Amino acid sequence: MKKRNIITAIALGVVFTIATAFMVKQKITVKGSDTLVILAQRWAEVYMKSNPNVEIQVTGGGSGTGIAALINGSTDIANASRQMKQSEIDKLKERYNSMGVEIACAKDGITIFINNSNPVTELSIKQLSGIYTGKIKNWKEIGGPDAAIKLYGRENSSGTYVYFKDNVVKADYAASCQTLPGTAAVVNAVKKDKYGIGYGGAAYAEGVKDCKVKKDDKSTAYLPTAENIKSNVYPISRYLYMYLKNRPTGEIKKYIDWILGPEGQKLVVEVGYFPVK
Amino acid sequence: MNYFENINNDDEELKPKDENTLDYSPQKGFTSESLKKKFRLSEFLAEKLITLIAFLSITIIILIFVFVFRESLPIFYKTKKAKTEKIISTNSKTENVNSNGQETYGVETKKETPTNSNGQEQYGAVTDNNKIKEEERKETPEDRASFRNLTGRIWQPVSDDPKYGLLPLFLGTFKITIIAMLFAAPVAILAALFTSNFASKRMKEIIKPAVELLAGFPSVVVGFFALMVLASFFQNVFGYETRLNAFVGGIAMALAAIPIIYTITEDALTAIPKTYTEASLALGASSWQTAFFVTLPAATPGIFAAILLGTGRVFGETMIVLMATGNAAMISLNPFDSVRTLSATIGAEMAEVVFGDTHYNVLFLIGSLLFIFTFTLNAIAEFYVKGKLVKRIQGKS
Repeated sequence: MKKRNIITAIALGVVFTIATAFMVKQKITVKGSDTLVILAQRWAEVYMKSNPNVEIQVTGGGSGTGIAALINGSTDIANASRQMKQSEIDKLKERYNSMGVEIACAKDGITIFINNSNPVTELSIKQLSGIYTGKIKNWKEIGGPDAAIKLYGRENSSGTYVYFKDNVVKADYAASCQTLPGTAAVVNAVKKDKYGIGYGGAAYAEGVKDCKVKKDDKSTAYLPTAENIKSNVYPISRYLYMYLKNRPTGEIKKYIDWILGPEGQKLVVEVGYFPVK
Repeated sequence: MNYFENINNDDEELKPKDENTLDYSPQKGFTSESLKKKFRLSEFLAEKLITLIAFLSITIIILIFVFVFRESLPIFYKTKKAKTEKIISTNSKTENVNSNGQETYGVETKKETPTNSNGQEQYGAVTDNNKIKEEERKETPEDRASFRNLTGRIWQPVSDDPKYGLLPLFLGTFKITIIAMLFAAPVAILAALFTSNFASKRMKEIIKPAVELLAGFPSVVVGFFALMVLASFFQNVFGYETRLNAFVGGIAMALAAIPIIYTITEDALTAIPKTYTEASLALGASSWQTAFFVTLPAATPGIFAAILLGTGRVFGETMIVLMATGNAAMISLNPFDSVRTLSATIGAEMAEVVFGDTHYNVLFLIGSLLFIFTFTLNAIAEFYVKGKLVKRIQGKS
């Protein structure tokens, strides 16, 4: 009997401490883009160290997943590597009668990868468009060897794909473009394919050559370095976003202000993206 | 007499009131009463629970299908909704609005409020003077997957004019399946024939578990192996242009299908009655002739079932094709071109799709089609073939 009493007492104590712990800690959930997930986790780790009263849970799953979760109310912050679509905003409005709040929290340069052995060094946006729509089929036409161009790209669900289509290709991709899951896979494919070309986030380029990009034939071509992306001379860079239902308040506001502040933006550079400020 | 009666009495007392023994009285013998099964609650409950679980699994399968199919239904009766008007913010002096009419948040020094192209407000809006001006978003045209659209030749779901042609996806899936089966079936069947007819007991004990271990390989690992090693190797051997293609994917899929085909074929071959082989050998056939012309034909239905199940596995496999085929939705019959399969399409696109719009519905439609196909394959393998096999062995066919 005594033993049983002791056990009950302990169990009650444990339950009580857990309950109080939950009551004290403010929980913030973050969900969405896989491009942003590493960065979001770093932010959360560092922020929680200095603010032990806040608990931040970060999960990936994709921009669409994150925004759907925001609409369902199962997350506080949705990460997205693309802007919200009109249909998603309509749903948000239907449910909460708010248009949502957009926060640009980092910048990413879209890099053009080519194989190290490829003599081509610079391409214009127009040439890239020609390559990815399938009009330009051979490297010969753009100052390379006489070989067919092999196109590699991201899956059509990724924010990178959409951005590249809207801002560079400006038409539909050629059907022969091979789509691979993740920028790392694109880099790897181009590394192994002498006549390959790919695009993706600047943070991943390793073992391939970055191609210089110019706006049109007359302008100078730039490499996607931190300087060039920050000063906006590199023509293809995009913002990475966080979305909220309403204007941030309380702990969430503090957290977002911290992200946009010098400390948060320093982490952006560490992870391999570029600061917005 | 007394003595006997005593004994009888003792017996009755000693006799345990065990319910498991049948009530037998020497006077009456077995009566229908005493032979009747006694009702016991525990047994009754256990019996009912087992039936319930069996039915539950059937219901769950049906429900899964119903839910998946339900998500794809809006394709067939979707009508264009009236365009919702953008909110015009009343206090626009202090609000930042992006082009979607959404708020944005953050520090900005402009007098005018930064907005993105959706008119959403922005927070922490960036003040680039030479920011690339985002174009006013085009109103998406009527995005409806009509029957004509679904049977088109182009799969281009993310576009200003979405095209949901499933033809290249079907073609890709069949191409991969055929390549995988052409490679996996002969290898697996011959291996099974060897282990069931020629291998020594010791050899069999090594080979069978080894092949079944292959089945336990996670498909991600196989896919990675195909992506990094097989693709380069085959490109060096054959010298084709596209590094990731249907051929590489097919060979990698064969690795996943071989264990299934092997195991079931092996079971079918060992189920062949000994009398068959004995009769064949007695008539003077060599052991090879016996294996090829007697055992193998006798096990045909089982082997057929094995191939069907292997096909089902290949059909639904996602990770391997996602990694090793390049996923370009092309229409071509060349095995060295890149392909995109149905399952890889779902795997790649589901995460980022806008929930509830046409693209999402089409993905669920693909899911239902895959479900129906694999279900049919398994049903054929299960009922038709098993029935035939039993008949064949009993010598009725």
